Order: sequence, then structure tokens, then C-alpha cells
Amino acid sequence: MAAGVLARAFDSDLWWSFKRSPVTVVSAIVALVCILGAVLAPWIAPHNPFDLASLNLGDAFKPPAWAEEGELLYPLGSDDQGRDVLSAIMYGARVSLLVGVAAVLFSTFVGVAIGLLAGYVGGTLDSLLMRIADIQLTFPSILIALLVDGVVRAALPREVHDQIALFVVIFAIGISAWPQFARTVRGSTLVERNKEYVLAARVIGISQIRIMLTHVLPNVVGPVLVIATLNLGFAILAEATLSFLGVGVPPTQPSLGTLIRIGNDFLFSGEWWITIFPGLALIAMVLSVNLLGDWLRDALNPRLR
Amino acid sequence: MTDRRPHPRAAGAPMLAAEDLAKHFDVSRPLLQRVLAGEARRTLKAVDGVSFDIPKGTTLSLVGESGCGKSTVARLVVGLYRPSRGRVLFDGMDLETARSDAAQRRRMQMIFQDPYASLNPRWRVRDIIAEPVRAFGLVEGGAAQRERVAELLMQVGLSPLDGEKYPHEFSGGQRQRISIARALSSNPEFLVCDEPTSALDVSVQAQILNLMKDLQARLGLTYLFISHNLAVVRQVSDRIGVMYLGRLVELAPAETLFIAPRHPYTRALMEAIPDLEMTGRQRIPVGGEVPSPINPPSGCPFHPRCPLANARCKAEMPALLPPRGQPDTIVACHAVEEERDGVVPGTTVPPLPAAATGV
Repeated sequence: MAAGVLARAFDSDLWWSFKRSPVTVVSAIVALVCILGAVLAPWIAPHNPFDLASLNLGDAFKPPAWAEEGELLYPLGSDDQGRDVLSAIMYGARVSLLVGVAAVLFSTFVGVAIGLLAGYVGGTLDSLLMRIADIQLTFPSILIALLVDGVVRAALPREVHDQIALFVVIFAIGISAWPQFARTVRGSTLVERNKEYVLAARVIGISQIRIMLTHVLPNVVGPVLVIATLNLGFAILAEATLSFLGVGVPPTQPSLGTLIRIGNDFLFSGEWWITIFPGLALIAMVLSVNLLGDWLRDALNPRLR
Repeated sequence: MTDRRPHPRAAGAPMLAAEDLAKHFDVSRPLLQRVLAGEARRTLKAVDGVSFDIPKGTTLSLVGESGCGKSTVARLVVGLYRPSRGRVLFDGMDLETARSDAAQRRRMQMIFQDPYASLNPRWRVRDIIAEPVRAFGLVEGGAAQRERVAELLMQVGLSPLDGEKYPHEFSGGQRQRISIARALSSNPEFLVCDEPTSALDVSVQAQILNLMKDLQARLGLTYLFISHNLAVVRQVSDRIGVMYLGRLVELAPAETLFIAPRHPYTRALMEAIPDLEMTGRQRIPVGGEVPSPINPPSGCPFHPRCPLANARCKAEMPALLPPRGQPDTIVACHAVEEERDGVVPGTTVPPLPAAATGV
């Protein structure tokens, strides 16, 4: 069974178009390296930057291995606490990726649910939901995320907030991106709901919710995959921005954005590696994911084939 | 509003009866724009007072031009639309009561026009056909369901192996067979067919029509058949209703309608049928366009295009009445009622006089 699915995947038009695009192949490899590095960090990272016992302040501010005074033990150098930059990046990418994926899943779920409901039910509910989406779209999404994060921060006592900070960031970023999903899904739902296969299901008395989930939903989720991929890049970037501004994930769980902010303080004193390498990792991750999303959009668009 | 006398009932209890059925759609612009422009609400009377009944085991066809309301009637009688006026009786029960009961709902099914839109592209054919079976819990157990699907596929002339495929792997005619198999899967007694052949090639049309006639003979089905193609309708119908602008203008047994059409509109339609023997004959087209159902003409809706129209036609809506000498037919026409339409019962219907009307 699994072999059959794999064989079909390698035989598909998608695989063919993938092979023909070198940019996409390279992006896929870069993305894969980033994801593997992040996911497997606890097992493959040279150091554990959170293990305070293993930190040695004497090893602080080591330059990258290839520079003078560099040590092979710290391939990309070390920071002010004597933490290995490479290990910190791997652990940081883990947080960035977790927040990014979770935020995208959240906004996909909310957006698809609202879009499906608005498109299928129509009428006043549709107008109401879409006006809310329009209003939200007039604000930059990073502003929405900042607002949500700020409100929660002010509303909750500090110790409670530290515990749920990660979820707050996920919620803040996720909620700022749902209108895109909702609009796309609503558009395709409007087309699908009047198709005759939906009428055929209504004639035999299938419930509206069941029709929405089993008939309409499978026919409108195609474009969602593309938006979700493109949004993953945005979500990772948004998290980095929030963390850079110091309102994102808690400092006990530094993400790439936190690392960049910490390193930023040393940029002008010559320890450039502390901020540049996390920055490069962020660029590599977001760019490769976005390029993959672009390719997916074109590959799934029948008019561009 | 209009006088509606009971029309001649066919023998046997009707499977379906429509009584003064009407469906009005609100086509006004959004509230704000309407208020700003100072417009009134606008209603489209898609169907406006249609009555008919369909005896069990027979086929009633509704014909008419695009936009005459025939598809709306189809959707009204299966409950996809709620009537604005009048009611539908399904086997003597009010349609809404019948549709709230799964055991009754199972007895009615619908076949659609577009075989490319009527099958969910993401579902396998076996799931498409089994959906009504599962919804009504007709067959328990996976193996029995698969067997039922295989049986249905064979019944419509497909292979049981086709159940594993997706709709896009089939041609239009095959897809329409799948639609029919799905419709039959709940063992219905009454089928509404909304232009089931108009999207198909002529050769495939005949196959599908023969299949439908076979199934009717074998399973005793009752059909409401919607079409704009008179040749197709002649092949399948017991009785034919001609619709114009949301109303029935003539209802007659199929052969009677073709031999002795009475309403000027029906006569014009008959003259428009291509005919090999009459090649070269001069045709008299029906002048003008179908008027807008948002703003229908006064009196008889056909009067602006009718060569027989007079002052009464412009002022007064004609009722459906049997013409003299044709008790099976009912016609809504003042000219026929006043016997000034130039037709002598028992003789060939003469061509209509040339339209002196224009638009």
C-alpha cells in the first residue's frame, strides 16, 4: 500500500514539474536541512545551550571556527554566555518552526471554517463575516499580532503569562492571518455550493453540515495548501519580528528572532557572528519555504501548465 | 387572481400533483443601493401558478424556452425550493411532510443536466452511488453495499469495476449513467429529470433515453421530464406540458400535442422542428424575444408575439380550458376558446398566419 502511494507520487505531474525546476529542488533541500536540523536538534546539536552546567564563561565570544582564535568545538562561534551559536540556532529554529507551523495550522483551521460557513450559508452571516475580514485586512498583520500579544500581556499576571507565552504568540500570529484563508475558501465555496452534486445530496436529505464537510470541503481545500505554505514563511518571520521586539516567545526558549536581538547588541563591538548566523538561518528557512510555496502555486494552477 | 378550473384528471392516483405552484425570486439590488437609487423591490416570477399531476408509472414532460421556469418547477417538486404559493402533493401527502420522513424522501430522486457538475469529482464512483444507500440505511454491511453498487452499475450498463474509478475517468454519457445509478440506488418511484440529455451527443442521447424507458418499464417509475428538445420529449412522454414565462400554456397527451397543437406558441414550436420532408418550406419564425419575467406583459403573456392576439388578449389572462373536440387537452388561449384560431377539430392544423407583430 505505502509502496503504491509512493510509486504514484513519483509518477505524478507534480513530481515531474518539481524535477524540472532547479530552484525548487534547491529550496526543497534547504528547507529539508532546516527542518531536520531543527527537529533533531536535541540529538545532533554539538552542545545543549540550555544546560547551564555545561556553559563556561571563559568560552564566551569565540569567533567562528575558520577565523583566528576560532575553535572547532564552536563551529559558528559562541555568544556572550559561552553558548555555541550553531546549537543555539538549531534549538532556536525548533521554536521558530513550532510557532510557525502551529500558527499556520491555527489560521488555516479558523480561516477554512469561517470561509466555508460564510460561503455555504450566505446572506447576512456571509456579509458579517466578510466585513470583519475586510476590516482586519486593513491593518498590517504584524500590528494585529502585536495588539493581541500586548493585550494578553497586560491582562495576565507575569508568571501566568510566561507559562502560556508560546501559545499567546501562536494565537496572535494565527489570528492575524485567517482572513486570507477565509476569503479564498469562501470564493470556491460559492462556486461549489450551487453545483449539481450538492443539490443531489440535498435531494436525498443529507444534512447541511455533512454536505459542507464531505462534499464542499474536499473541493475547496486545494488552494488552501498553497496559501498555507506561503503563510508558513510569513508566520516564521512574524514570530521573529515579535521576538526581536522582545514581545514574542519567553527568553527561556529563545527563537531565531530572540537570538538575532541578543546578538544585535554585540554587532557594533565586532562579534558579528552572534547575530548574522541566526539571521542567515532565518533567511534560508523563510526563503526556501516561500519558493516552495510559489512553485506549488504554479504547479497546481492548470492555466500555467 | 385567475380562474383555475380543475383540469381533466388522468386515470389512477397521481404520484405527484402540483397545485397553483409558484416561485418568486427577490432580485432587488442590495438594500443600500436600492434606497439610494429610490427603487422598489423587484420580483422575478420564475413560476407563477402551475398545476398538473402525474399518474403513477407515466411520464409528464415540461417543455419551453430557456428561462420559462421549467427547471424551477423541477426543483420545487423535489423540495430544493420552497414554493412562494401553492403546494405539491407527493402521493397524496404534502411535500414538506413527505420530505421530513426519510422513508418517503427515499421514494423521490433527481437526475441533473450537467454530467460534469453532478458528480463530486473527489469521490469514487462507488461512494457516489452508495451515498443514498448509506443515507437511508437501505443495505447493511460493507460487502452487501458493494454488491448493491455492482448491481446498480450493471443495471445502467457499466462494469462493476468502474466503481473504483473517479468521475473524470468517464465520458459524458457514462457519467449520466452513473447519475442514473445513483438516483436508482434508493429504490425511488418518482424521478425528476432536469434536461438529462441536453449536454450529451445525439447518439448518446438516444442511449440514455432508451435506458430511462427500459428502467421505467422494468421498475414502474414515474418521471417528470424537463427538456427544451421536442424530439427527445416525443420519445419519452405520455403527456406534455408547454410552459411560457412561468405558466403552463398547453397540456396534452404526447401524440395529440404533436398532431394537433392548439396554443399559438405550441404551434410555433412545432413549426420550428426541422423536418426532412418539408425541406425548403418557408418557415414563419415567432417574432420577438421572450419578455422579461421581472416585468411580464399584461393579459396573456404571449400576446406581444402572437399573430392571433386581440384587445382581450392584452387585457385578460386566459384560463386553461379544454378546446372543443379535444377533451384530453387544456389550452390557455382566448383565440382557441373563441374558436378564431383557424383550427377545425379532426383536420390538420394549418400553419400560423404570418406574425404581424414584430417586437
